[in-house]
Amino acid sequence: MSATLKVKVWRGKTSGSFVDYEVPRLESQTVLDVVTHIQRHLDPSLSYRFACRVGMCGSCAMTVNGVARWTCRTHVSKVADGDALEIAPLSNLPVIKDLATDMREFFDKWAKSHGQFKGTKTRHDEFEQVRPESRERMAANAGIECIGCGVCYASCDVVTWRPDFLGPAALNRAWTLANDVRDNAQRERLKAVAGDVGCHACHTQGSCSERCPKQIEPTAGIAGLKRLAGRAAVRGELE
Amino acid sequence: MKRVNDFRSRNHPSWWAFLVHRISGLLLGLFLPVHFWALGLALKGEATLDGFLRYTDAPLFKFGEWGLVVLLSLHMMGGVRLLLIEFGPWSGQRKNWIAGALGFGLAAGLVFALALFA
Repeated sequence: MSATLKVKVWRGKTSGSFVDYEVPRLESQTVLDVVTHIQRHLDPSLSYRFACRVGMCGSCAMTVNGVARWTCRTHVSKVADGDALEIAPLSNLPVIKDLATDMREFFDKWAKSHGQFKGTKTRHDEFEQVRPESRERMAANAGIECIGCGVCYASCDVVTWRPDFLGPAALNRAWTLANDVRDNAQRERLKAVAGDVGCHACHTQGSCSERCPKQIEPTAGIAGLKRLAGRAAVRGELE
Repeated sequence: MKRVNDFRSRNHPSWWAFLVHRISGLLLGLFLPVHFWALGLALKGEATLDGFLRYTDAPLFKFGEWGLVVLLSLHMMGGVRLLLIEFGPWSGQRKNWIAGALGFGLAAGLVFALALFA
């Protein structure tokens, strides 16, 4: 382990380039520590986004040596190429400045996929009984831990090739709701995710499942939505 | 401006499986018209077809045939893998499926090559 890291950091807005920095190498150092060191000691004009530093908020995702990751939970020792680090903003999202991306289109697509829960019961009704071991609940549980960091969205080539594609996170959200027996907006949601830019656009490259820091498999949810949409189409429910 | 991923983000088994499936599919698609053209020669009579088929005994054709068998078996196993993903209950990264599909494709190629030299 050398004493310093050679770090290339993307600087710019609509256009930009990588700028070299030298950062002292420490034990158990995270990539977020490196970015913070640069901003506090080398160049205070560096922009980046973070909040919790412990993998709960999903705001510090960046591209580290070419791969989208949470910087707060990524140790330098795990990803450095010798003593070299390249830190860039997330792919597939507009760059606001330096390492901060505009995530509006990412979250707008959750809304387009009808990612909101729609129930019929009120506080005056009895609780719905949902068995934890039921097939639907287990399928929903498999995708429910998403914190919306955008790593899957940034890793997906289909989003690059087809910018309208709803993306793995929004479709994973739709899949968890499709398996929520309390939800009564199933038909509208299925219509929203069954179109050209929905689940059928997925090429099963698996980058979302490979890169998800929570080990969620959006590929599985998207396949599930394809089955539901196929069944509904045969029954004429998507018209 | 949006950043676009490079090979570093794509370098994982599922993406390679996608690429192998896509390339083998395109190459097989290119082969199909040639295949139909060759079969179509039969319409012009036995002699025409036999005249063409004589060329297919050449070593280059045999090598091409071997390539075709490998492409077909890889593409078939890639298709089976996709069907399992689309219709089967599963979880995890399923990298053993990719390894199995690749192993089957290469084994089919070896068997065909052995049969050529037998």
